[in-house]
Amino acid sequence: MSDSHEPQASDSGPPPLHGLLAEYRTPAELLRASKKVRDAGFSRWDTFSPFPVHGIDKAMGIKMTILPWIVLGAGLTGLATAILLQWWTNAYDYPWLVSGKPLWSIPANVPIMFELTVLFGGVTTFIAMLVLNNLPFPSHPLDHVRRFARATDDRFFLLIEAADPKFDETDTRALIDATHPIAVEGVPEDRKTSDKLPTGIIYSLVIVTVMSAVPFALAAKARYTKSRSTRVHIIQDMDSQPKYKAQRENPVFSDGRSTRLPDPETVAVGELREDDHFWRGQDHGAWVRTFPPTFRVDEAAMLRGQQRFGIYCTPCHGFGGEGNGMVAKRADELAQGTWTPPSNLTDERIRNMPVGEIFNTITNGVRNMPAYGPQIPASDRWAIILYLRALERGHAGKIADLEPAERTGL
Amino acid sequence: MAAISDVNPFVNAPAGDSAFARITDNVSRIAEVERPPRAWYIAFACALAILSIFLGSIGWVVWNGIGVWGTTMPAAWAFPIVNFVFWIGIGHAGTLISAILFLFRQTWRTAINRFAEAMTIFAVMCAGVFPGIHIGRPWLPYYMLPIPNQMDMWPQFRSPLEWDIFAVSTYATISIVFWYMGMIPDFATFRDRATTFWRRLCYGVVAMGWRGSSRQWHRYERAYLILAALATPLVLSVHSVVSFDFATSQLPGWHTTIFPPYFVAGAIFGGFGMVVMLAVPARQFFGLKRIIQIKHLEVMNKVLIATSLLVGYSYMMEFFVAWYSGNKYEAFTFVNRAFGQYAWSYWTMIACNVLFPQLHWFKAVRTNPVATLIIGMFINVGMWFERFVIICTSLTRDFLPSSWGYFIPTKIDFMTLGGSFGLFFTLFLLFCRYLPMVAMAEVKAFHPSAHAHEPDHHVEHAGQAPVGI
Ligand code: HEC
Repeated sequence: MSDSHEPQASDSGPPPLHGLLAEYRTPAELLRASKKVRDAGFSRWDTFSPFPVHGIDKAMGIKMTILPWIVLGAGLTGLATAILLQWWTNAYDYPWLVSGKPLWSIPANVPIMFELTVLFGGVTTFIAMLVLNNLPFPSHPLDHVRRFARATDDRFFLLIEAADPKFDETDTRALIDATHPIAVEGVPEDRKTSDKLPTGIIYSLVIVTVMSAVPFALAAKARYTKSRSTRVHIIQDMDSQPKYKAQRENPVFSDGRSTRLPDPETVAVGELREDDHFWRGQDHGAWVRTFPPTFRVDEAAMLRGQQRFGIYCTPCHGFGGEGNGMVAKRADELAQGTWTPPSNLTDERIRNMPVGEIFNTITNGVRNMPAYGPQIPASDRWAIILYLRALERGHAGKIADLEPAERTGL
Repeated sequence: MAAISDVNPFVNAPAGDSAFARITDNVSRIAEVERPPRAWYIAFACALAILSIFLGSIGWVVWNGIGVWGTTMPAAWAFPIVNFVFWIGIGHAGTLISAILFLFRQTWRTAINRFAEAMTIFAVMCAGVFPGIHIGRPWLPYYMLPIPNQMDMWPQFRSPLEWDIFAVSTYATISIVFWYMGMIPDFATFRDRATTFWRRLCYGVVAMGWRGSSRQWHRYERAYLILAALATPLVLSVHSVVSFDFATSQLPGWHTTIFPPYFVAGAIFGGFGMVVMLAVPARQFFGLKRIIQIKHLEVMNKVLIATSLLVGYSYMMEFFVAWYSGNKYEAFTFVNRAFGQYAWSYWTMIACNVLFPQLHWFKAVRTNPVATLIIGMFINVGMWFERFVIICTSLTRDFLPSSWGYFIPTKIDFMTLGGSFGLFFTLFLLFCRYLPMVAMAEVKAFHPSAHAHEPDHHVEHAGQAPVGI
């Protein structure tokens, strides 16, 4: 460490006294000496020990530090920050509804409130301890006293500064001698160490500060200027993938499509579906009026049909098939005027409709009714029709259809 | 390069004409010796080799995506989260020792607190790696932080995973602050003993000009007390929050209210297991037997029995509640845990966590360093399996039998798990070499001769003096 400035008049000659340093072997001796110095009314003095000596605060008359209050303030700030942060981000700035939970409710926000309270409090404790203690404190006249190195090892020291108004070299030395130290030593002011930072460090700090502004400047420039070049991906993300997507142009094929059509006349395995009656409800182009021979009409099929009808058709057509399902009722309630009501399936017209045509209606939909072919297997579609026929029969029933015994119960 | 000494330079009695000086020398010489013992070099070489496996496997995972692990549906958490919870759990002992035992005035803690704190920090670092790479795109973890961004979206603060981010990062920060603040006076000791310019400069910078002034000690002690008071609930909260990741989900085997206390007990258990595992070789190789004494090992082993019983109780309670709740999914999960496809891991866990530690009821066992070391290892294995059992048995047997499965780890899984120990031990060995391994100032403060000023107190303190130098 070099001192660059010119020696001035006051710098020449032996350096002035910084203070008197006394060394002790045990904490007990230090305590005794401290009480004496305290009672003598000194104010600019201190003791040094390798560990906190029990009772030294009282012996020196050290007042309680304000540190705990600072930490309390910081902790409360952390708490408030957590509350505001969570409320503002999740309930106010971007109201975010998650599984119907309330936007703002204390219990779910407690963990982070707690964590930030501790975080702010803890970090502040440390920083406030340093600041109140004047740390970092790079250089001190005591650093040039050889014996003082043991202050962090096994010895106990007491320093009375010459700057103290009560300080008088001979009197103070006599006071210290009376406490039986191992040694007393005058500590000269430090003339060797400059107060200034070495120029190299200053320059590098300046350079680093200026350089660190560059990325921010670039970011700011990018925000306020336009560019035609594409975004730079430092790490390729999923939004850029080296592949052709369906429905996109593709130069590889002559027709320019990415999605390839199947070759004409090809049939996927298990998809031949030659039986027109069963798969399409047709016979030589005309709607069939009978159930396909491969479909077994029995009670099991009827029950299956009832169940499937309940699942797929009742929302619109209602349990009785009269076109009064929940969806239809809701639409009536809304009365928006754009609603096409589901047909009444027990109608004369539908009753006379060939089963093949109904099959086609379910499979491909009709006008405003969507197609259910992709959702309901063909055999189930036939089962539904079977049940539908039974429903219709029930609606169009005459008294003559009943057994005599049943008629009497009416 | 000078030959590595064959003899352990630390076997001699420490130099010094007073107890304080001997404590200083006993600890400082470890960082001052020019050539550490050969064992250190061997250990460091192994640790570096394992660390390179770790980095290699992480590189592989990042390059290829996390499909190179066995982690896949239904076991979507698998090894990475098992490892995360394992390491974060280990990280609990350090702060427990430095904060909670401090508040309880357990003076014996001074012998072990410093390296337990170091262990905490390194364990939290290992833990932090896993969620980072498990998210699959490790360049996007900032999504989890409340940073204003171009999507105008904020993290979801009602999610336990988000709480986790805050809990773990707060814990890491406070642990580092606590650790560093504790080391300042010891750095000053190193600085004042330094014989070379560079040592003086480096330790001088980190000591920040600490000179042991009593006025500074006054604020320092207050600050330490406050940090301990803040860190105490923090220790308990971190693993509670980690357990919320599980407990707030609906999965049978995870959805239980016992999780927070059960996880905290397990974390302390596993953490102490790791502390004894490190303490035994450390005192052996670095000549710290005068400071870390058999009686300290014994106290820690007693903590291990207590926490082992707590953990065992939790295992039992889980079964009891599964039965008592009358919930068939819950009951199935626990029967499956003990007798299902992962029964082998369940019984490994029971043996390591509940049965072996009971050996410490015998004084001969708990005062024997080798036995302590071995049982400590078993505990670590057991605690790893505890997390494995919780995560894998529950995930692979959830509500829908159609989505059941079996988790099979890959080579890379084992490399990342094993490799994380490389990171841990590399950092730990560097710590042993360059930083004050024992809190000298604290050990001195509790030495009988520090209290000689009040003769009536002397006897009482000498009885529980932590260090017999
Ligand atoms: C989403 C509501 C909805 C569902 C579900 C639905 N339908 Fe319809 N359906 C309609 C509507 C609306 C019409 C009248 C369409 C029109 O006239 O534009 C209709 C008409 C019909 C018709 C008369 C077709 C014609 O040619 O007039 C039949 C038959 C029919 N549905 C049968 C069914 C059967 C069988 C199911 C169960 C598989 C079913 N629907 C399910 C809404 C539905």
